[in-house]
Amino acid sequence: MPKLAKQTLKKAGTSPAETIPPQPSYRRPWWSALAAAVLTLVLGGSVLGVQLESTGITTTVRLMGMDTWGWLLAAALAVFLHQLVRPQIEEWRARTRKPSRFSVPDVMSGQKRQLWIMLAIGALLIFPFLSNRSAVDLATLTLIYIMLGLGLNVVVGLAGLLDLGYVGFYAVGAYTYALLNSYLGFSFWEALPIAGLMTALFGYLLGFPVLRLRGDYLAIVTLGFGEIIRILLNNWTELTGGPNGIARIPKPTLFNLEFSRRADEGNIAFHEFFGIDYDPALKVIYLYLLALILVLITLFVIYRLLRMPIGRAWEALREDDIACRSLGMNPTGIKLSAFTIGASFAGFAGAFFAARQGFISPESFTFIESAIILAIVVLGGMGSQLGVILAAIAMTLLPELAREFNEYRMLLFGLMMVLMMVWRPQGLVPLKRPQMELDRG
Amino acid sequence: MEDILYFLQQVINGLTIGSTYALIAIGYTMVYGIIGMINFAHGEIYMIGTYATFIVIAALGMLGIANPFFLMAAALLVAVLVSCAYGFAVERVAYRPVRGSKRLIALISAIGMSIFLQNYMRLAQGSRDMAISSLIPGGWEFGLESFAVNLSYMQVIIFSVTLVCMLLLSSFISRSRLGRACRACSQDAGMARLLGINTDMIISMTFVIGAALAAVAGLLLGMYYGVVNPYIGFLAGLKAFTAAVLGGIGSIPGAMLGGLLLGVAEALTGGYLSTEYKDVVAFGLLILILLFRPSGILGKPEVEKI
Repeated sequence: MPKLAKQTLKKAGTSPAETIPPQPSYRRPWWSALAAAVLTLVLGGSVLGVQLESTGITTTVRLMGMDTWGWLLAAALAVFLHQLVRPQIEEWRARTRKPSRFSVPDVMSGQKRQLWIMLAIGALLIFPFLSNRSAVDLATLTLIYIMLGLGLNVVVGLAGLLDLGYVGFYAVGAYTYALLNSYLGFSFWEALPIAGLMTALFGYLLGFPVLRLRGDYLAIVTLGFGEIIRILLNNWTELTGGPNGIARIPKPTLFNLEFSRRADEGNIAFHEFFGIDYDPALKVIYLYLLALILVLITLFVIYRLLRMPIGRAWEALREDDIACRSLGMNPTGIKLSAFTIGASFAGFAGAFFAARQGFISPESFTFIESAIILAIVVLGGMGSQLGVILAAIAMTLLPELAREFNEYRMLLFGLMMVLMMVWRPQGLVPLKRPQMELDRG
Repeated sequence: MEDILYFLQQVINGLTIGSTYALIAIGYTMVYGIIGMINFAHGEIYMIGTYATFIVIAALGMLGIANPFFLMAAALLVAVLVSCAYGFAVERVAYRPVRGSKRLIALISAIGMSIFLQNYMRLAQGSRDMAISSLIPGGWEFGLESFAVNLSYMQVIIFSVTLVCMLLLSSFISRSRLGRACRACSQDAGMARLLGINTDMIISMTFVIGAALAAVAGLLLGMYYGVVNPYIGFLAGLKAFTAAVLGGIGSIPGAMLGGLLLGVAEALTGGYLSTEYKDVVAFGLLILILLFRPSGILGKPEVEKI
């Protein structure tokens, strides 16, 4: 090989950023900057600059005031200037680029790690007794989302299958408990394993045919599945109560001790059994502890699975489908196991959700929920358990801390998903694992 | 006889909706044909086109202009322009930077874009339904006294506009220089680039053409139904995607055929079974095709290359 060609090869190998599709040409910076500014103005002006209003029976259009248009013009100007100096900025960036910008400190290793985990679990166990009721309630909700995030993480993060209908499994779990209870009188503890099995069955039945498909088809089919479940629940009024949902779902009991003021027939209330005064906070704390235990079990199970051949196979399959097949693994079976296991966690979470709310309706299981859970997984760094936990906490706490944020929540989720994929597809807390890479240079 | 007329009526209604599905489906199929990814935000582009239509019609109505054809032409111009701008920008912001990376990453980015656009519109225009009155009311009726088949003028307009769009698109793809470049890119983008085709430009153009057709569909369906809200893009996008898969994704005639078939299937379900399960039929159909013939009716079976 001639010397020159060798050098160029080496150069291309060491900086993968250069192989990304080419930058736009800067031959006419004024023109492209002007075009970008006009584009900004069209994009903003057509949606933000005018507003449809219904006045009586007719619809009219209101031209927004100078402040809106002022902002739009300012934005266009900013885009114009940015485009003009962009070549210089990129050149400067390329010169001052550092290999890695940010990484999680590696405090978690060996004995220290176990100690930290013990401390964290201890703190979480004491937390409800020191805190007020609404905080504990919020923490319970966060735990549900953590569980959903962990379950979806198995499917999306570990096995690399994009499931957009995850909320469908959540709904199946919730309705399994609600229906078993209202028709057959099953208690929470009897229904919980059945809910898990039921969703696993649904996952299996759905996954069996569709997992042979390529990734993006899978996304659409699961999206359709989630919608079908919701439409069925909404319209099968005789069984599910339709849009009215199912009410009066009993809370979980502790060895048949109820946490209500008055126990149902045949049961004893917790405070009567122990001869203490009735305290409604006890019920909230009990639910919190239950959710915590469920999350810990989920974490442990997934942690163990990851170190079993099946977990290794998930990740191998995500990284390279064809290599896996050539090594004699059965991709459909591996995908199916990830899909089924992921679904069953949603089933447990769903049954718990039904028990906690006491009322469920198809309203709770819209596509938005799926999108929120997916956003949790994406933000946490696909595949990382710790990342998912932190992301779930952030996603549920932020709307509570800033009420006005709630309005913009989905907007920001969408934006965040795009920006994360563009800038940091490995997530904020990427999965770390011992690995070796061949030096391509 | 009445049964036949009833059936005919459902087919007419189905073809009306189906032809707009076909218009949206072309956007999916063209993008898929060239860069092999699903443009999830395409349904939202259709929604934006519908809003642009409503804004233009309402604004001109306030100025006292009532000629329906002038209104339609003006709305068409603006809706296509705005949608194209959005299609172009979406590709630049959400798809181009992730084009080289894994499929899953591009897909999540696309879904994020879809959620973003939907909520952007909701915050800007409110989540309530907005209605406009029908610009071109009336139609023809024929059949028996007991049951008459109704073919409205609007339906005829939808058929003819769709037909014109399809003819324009096919001649553009098969005859023009850019169309040839487009086909070259879909066969082998790397080779096309080596031969001096500006593939980035061709990809942008694909998105813009798809967006323009989605805007036309938005205009037609918006005027047909007379209602718009920020959430219409989700379902319409999903249906159009089903149509694209049904016909064979990547194939433009397939998208047309798939759209019409899906529209008719839906109308027949609505007419004979129940309207609640109309959407279930679309999704069920999608799952069935993917199971038994993933390459669709007119598509070629895909060979996986290593």
